[in-house]
Amino acid sequence: MRPMTRSRHPARAPHDPAPSRWAYKLQRVWLTPGVRFLVRRGLPALLVAGLVVGYFGDPGRRDAIAREAAGLKRAIEERPEFRVDMVRISGGSDPLAAEIRRILPVTFPVSAFDLDLPALRRSVVALDAVAQAEIRVEPGRILAIEVTERVPALVWRLPDGLWLIDAEGNRIGPLAARGDRTDLPLVAGSGADRAAPEALALFHAARPILSELRGLVRVGERRWDAVLTGGRVVQLPETGAGPALDRVIALNDAQDLLARDIAVIDMRNGARPTVRMNDSAIETLRAIWEQQHGEDA
Amino acid sequence: MRDLYRTQRAIRARREAALQRGVVAILDIGTSKIACLILRFDGDPPDAAGIGPMAGQTRFRVIGAATTRARGVRYGEIVAMQDCERAIRTAVQAAQKMANIRVDHVIACFSGARPRSYGLAGEVGIDDIVADGDIARALAACDLPETGARRETLHAQPVNFALDGRSGLSDPRGQTGRDLAVDVHLLTVDAPVLENLAHCIKRCDLELAGVASAAYAAGLSALVENEQELGAACIDMGGGSTGISVFLRKHMIYADAVRLGGEHVTRDIGRGLNLALATAERIKTFHGGVQATGLDDRERIDTGDDDDPDGRIITRAELIGVIRPRVEEILEEVRDRLDAAGFDHLPSQRIVLTGGMSQLPGLDALASRILGQQVRLGRPLRVQGLPQAAIGPGFAAAVGLSLFAAHPQDEWWDFQTPAERHPARSLRRAVRWFQDNW
Repeated sequence: MRPMTRSRHPARAPHDPAPSRWAYKLQRVWLTPGVRFLVRRGLPALLVAGLVVGYFGDPGRRDAIAREAAGLKRAIEERPEFRVDMVRISGGSDPLAAEIRRILPVTFPVSAFDLDLPALRRSVVALDAVAQAEIRVEPGRILAIEVTERVPALVWRLPDGLWLIDAEGNRIGPLAARGDRTDLPLVAGSGADRAAPEALALFHAARPILSELRGLVRVGERRWDAVLTGGRVVQLPETGAGPALDRVIALNDAQDLLARDIAVIDMRNGARPTVRMNDSAIETLRAIWEQQHGEDA
Repeated sequence: MRDLYRTQRAIRARREAALQRGVVAILDIGTSKIACLILRFDGDPPDAAGIGPMAGQTRFRVIGAATTRARGVRYGEIVAMQDCERAIRTAVQAAQKMANIRVDHVIACFSGARPRSYGLAGEVGIDDIVADGDIARALAACDLPETGARRETLHAQPVNFALDGRSGLSDPRGQTGRDLAVDVHLLTVDAPVLENLAHCIKRCDLELAGVASAAYAAGLSALVENEQELGAACIDMGGGSTGISVFLRKHMIYADAVRLGGEHVTRDIGRGLNLALATAERIKTFHGGVQATGLDDRERIDTGDDDDPDGRIITRAELIGVIRPRVEEILEEVRDRLDAAGFDHLPSQRIVLTGGMSQLPGLDALASRILGQQVRLGRPLRVQGLPQAAIGPGFAAAVGLSLFAAHPQDEWWDFQTPAERHPARSLRRAVRWFQDNW
C-alpha cells in the first residue's frame, strides 16, 4: 500500500506529467473561445484606449499637442511659396482702385492660407461703384482683383446733393457739381433710382426735344414729370409715359406746342390732355377775345 | 427502474446538449492507458450518390487525440481516485491543446466492473397496428431479473421484435398484429465502479454525457458490417481485462469480461525472468511472441538498457515460454465464456481479436487453435482526422465510442415511459379496483 498521508511530498512520487488542478483549470478557461477573444482582442484594445484616454486626459498635454500642431501649420503656411506680397487691381478707374486698396482688410505680406477670398470679394462688391469683382491669388505672390465698374447713366438730384446712378438705379458715388457731368441726364425726386430704366427710356423717347428738357422729376414715387426749360412741366401718366411723351412731341411738331406760353401740359389722363397757360397768356387771350367780340360784350 | 429512467435520461439530455454544441470528448479509461479523443460534429454529410451512412463516421471529425499512461486503474476499475483523476486531466488537457478548444462533455467507456448480460423478453397484446406506445408497453412487460445488490444497468437495448411469431423484425411500428414480443439485452455492472467513474470525471470539471462498455465500443469499431449482421464476437484484449462482446443483426446480444489482460503477462515476465516491470513491458512489446521456433533459441535479448546497464541476457524462447501460458489461459477463459453464452449456436462464428494485446505476434494462430478457425485480427475503423498514432488496435474502444456517440443505439429509456407507470394512472387503477371489489 502506498503512503496516503505523505503523498504531498513530490520527491517521493514517481514522475507524473499530470498538470496541477490550477494549470488544468486555467488552460480550460484559456481555451474558452470567449475568453480567448477577450484576452487577445478585447484587452489590448482596452489597454490602448485606456492609454490614449489617460494621455490625453491631461489638458496641459492636449494644449501642448495643439500648440505643436498649430506651430507646424504656421510654419508651412509661412513658407515663402505661399506668401502674397502685393495686390493688383485691374478693370477699375484709379480712384476706384485707390478706394479698394483703402478698404481691403489685408496687410501685406500675408500667407495665402490666411486670405479669406470670399470675404474679400464681399467687401469689394460692397463698394457702390463696383458691379462685379473677381479675386484670386496668382503666381508671383500677387493678389489679383478684377473689378467691373458700374457705368454712370443718370445724375440724381437729392436734397443732400447730386449722385451718380447707373442704368439699374444703383448709386455709384456723389457728384460735386452738375457741370462735371453735363453728358448725363438729370433725374430728381425720391424713388427715381428705382425707376431708372424707365427714366432712361423716357430720355430716349424725348430725343427730339432734348435741348429743351432739363430733367425728369419722380412724383409720389409713381410717375414722372418732365421739366422743360422755362419751368414748363409735362405731367406724364403712371403707365404709358413713353407714348404720352410721344404725343406731346407729335403735338409740338404739328402745332408748335412748346413754343407757346403755357405752364403745364397735363397728360395724366390720356383721353383728355390738358394745357394750363400762364397768367399773361390768359390776359392776352382774353384781350384778343374782347377785341374780336367787343361789340358783343 | 424509475431511477434508471431518470439518470439515463439526464445523461441522454447531456449527450444531446454536447452534440448540439458540436464538441464532445471521448474518454477510454483503460488499465494501461487512458485515451482521449475530441470530436467535432459538423452535422450530416452531403448526400452523395453511392455513399451510405458509413456507420455514422462521416458525421464527425477527430480534432484532438491524446494518450497517457493510466494511473490508479486496475482491471478496468478505478482504484486510486487522485491518480486516475490526474491521468484523465493529463489526457484531456493534451487533447484540448491539440484541438485548441475546450470540451465540457465527455463520453466514457471502461472495461471492468464485472459486466453481466441478461436476455429479457416481454410480450403484450395489441390492437391492430403497432404504435410507439405499444413498444413501450412491450418493454415494460419484460420482467426484470434479479441483478443482485449494488448493480447498475449500463445498456438495455431492444434487440429483436416479434409480431405473431414472425421474429427478426427490426422495426415493428406500423405493422399489423396481435401479439408483440420484444427481446431486450440488459447489461449490468457494479454500481460503485460506475459511481467512482462519474465522480472522477466530475472532479475534472467535465460532465458525463454517456457511458458505454468498452467491449461493446470495441465491437462497434472492429467488426465490419457483415460480421455485425451475421454474428461475430469481438475480443478486446486490454491491459487489465479482456472484454467479450457478441453481435448479431447489428445488435450486441452478449457481453462479458475476463479479468485478465496484458498486464498479467507483464507481471509474469517480471516474476519469471526476475525483471523490473518497466523492463518486462518493454521486452514484451519489442520481442514478445507466443509461437516459439528453433530460431528463437538463438535470438538473445539484452534486458539491460541505459538506466540499468547490468541486465541479463535471455533468449526469446525463454520469453515466449513465459508469455504463452498466460495468453493461453486468457483465451481459454474467453472460450469458456463464449461457450457458456451459447456462441456455438450463432449462424456465423467469426471471432475478431482487437485491443492492445492483440498485437502480440502469433496470437491469431494461437487463438484459432483455441477459439476456432474463424479468427482474425481487427483494427478499428478509419475515422476522419484520427492521428496516425491512434489507429492501432489499442484504440478500438475509443474509436468505437466515437461511433457510439455519433450513432447511439436505441436504449430502453429512449422510449416513452409506459403509461401504466405514471402514478396518476396507478391511483386511478387502485380506485377502480376498490369500485370493482367493494
